[in-house]
Amino acid sequence: MIAALRCVILRDLRLAARRSSDVLTVVLFFVIVVSLFPLGIGPEPKLLRTVAPGVLWVAALLASMLALGRVFAADHADGTLEQMMLGATPLGLVVAAKVFAHWLISGLPLVLISPVLALQFDLSQEVLGVLALSLALGTPVLSLIGAIGAGLTLGLRGAGTLLSLLVLPLYVPVLIIGAGAADAAASGLGGNAQLLLLGAMLIFAGAFAPWAAAAALRISVE
Amino acid sequence: MSMNWFKYSSPQTFFPLAGRLALVFGALALLACAVGLYLGFFVAPTDAQQGESYRIIFIHVPAAWMSMFLYVVMAFWAGLGLAFNTRLSGMMASAIAPTGALFTFIALWTGSFWGKPTWGTWWVWDARLTSELILLFLYLGFMALQAAIDDPRRADKAGALLALVGVVNVPIIYFSVKWWNTLHQGASVSLTKAPSMAATMLAGMLIMTFGFWFYGIAAVLLRARCIMLEREHASDWAGRYAKGIA
Repeated sequence: MIAALRCVILRDLRLAARRSSDVLTVVLFFVIVVSLFPLGIGPEPKLLRTVAPGVLWVAALLASMLALGRVFAADHADGTLEQMMLGATPLGLVVAAKVFAHWLISGLPLVLISPVLALQFDLSQEVLGVLALSLALGTPVLSLIGAIGAGLTLGLRGAGTLLSLLVLPLYVPVLIIGAGAADAAASGLGGNAQLLLLGAMLIFAGAFAPWAAAAALRISVE
Repeated sequence: MSMNWFKYSSPQTFFPLAGRLALVFGALALLACAVGLYLGFFVAPTDAQQGESYRIIFIHVPAAWMSMFLYVVMAFWAGLGLAFNTRLSGMMASAIAPTGALFTFIALWTGSFWGKPTWGTWWVWDARLTSELILLFLYLGFMALQAAIDDPRRADKAGALLALVGVVNVPIIYFSVKWWNTLHQGASVSLTKAPSMAATMLAGMLIMTFGFWFYGIAAVLLRARCIMLEREHASDWAGRYAKGIA
């Protein structure tokens, strides 16, 4: 079973490596959206420091949402998904592996590049660390929740817009607590409480979301 | 004595029953709303701090309660539909969504009318207001998902799963006041301690709640009848019904 999961993860990573521009587009989107904010609200460093956590979080949320359409779409189009459903490995586990691979491709790069962008917003080093950590804990939750929406909207017309309508409201708690972690760190309280809550969300979503996404896929493919 | 619990789980038998129930609950809703509004606007005393503007609670609080309650009921029918694979459960869930969205919208709108004279602002990003707004988005997402899927069976199941995932949000709304404790006051009514408002105010509010509840039942049943006719239009009973009214 472990071998099957490793196979799924490696396959998705290899596919992404062959089409590396898809990965770069998501990162580029993230960078551009974040860079637009100082242009829109003015270059005042004090203002930028206050909005930075929220801006980075919202941008990361939008970027990971844009990438969601690709989690199952290609496998659905060429029939691989049906084979995975018929296979011996439980679908929930396969979905978990696919979501993990998807996070490595579309979530991890955002986490890694976020400190550089945060520097543009004049954040101090410790806040920077908390922000990156909150993104590292939060973006997998976004991918997990998003997988449910991606499963539900598989093969529908206007799936992209519909997906955002379904998934964004469910992202709200992650956004509040994730951006709250950096805010708390900036105000000297330390973001530990929020980071722990994010960790709890990750465990909760990790346990239940793949299962729900698998149910969504069965509904969509049947 | 054994009872056939599934007698009314088929559209054919439920259709006439829904019509009769809708009539009864519609009449009850009219009555309760008339009594509740009279109590609220003419009998209940003026509030010492908020003046007359507090009277919006006779609409606001019942609508907010119903908005959350209907989401849970919708998720209940959705879960039932997924578990037992019954056609009617999915129809009930999709019939509830527009009424729930309506109550959520009313709660937000009246709350904003109340906030302006009392808090001095139309909107604050308070935890409760925000969660109620998210609840509206969840209703709209549910309706959008069902509207985007052509096959009604798939639409029912997909909507059901979404409703069950979203139902996690309803307890967050309820407990948000205790968790974040911002501008919105805590609940004025609780089962465990004596109410902190005049008896006539409470009576008016509770009667209005029943009025909204009965209205919700009547509206949902009427909508469910329309959905049943639409989906089962090829069946015998629907044909007979259509001939009867033509």
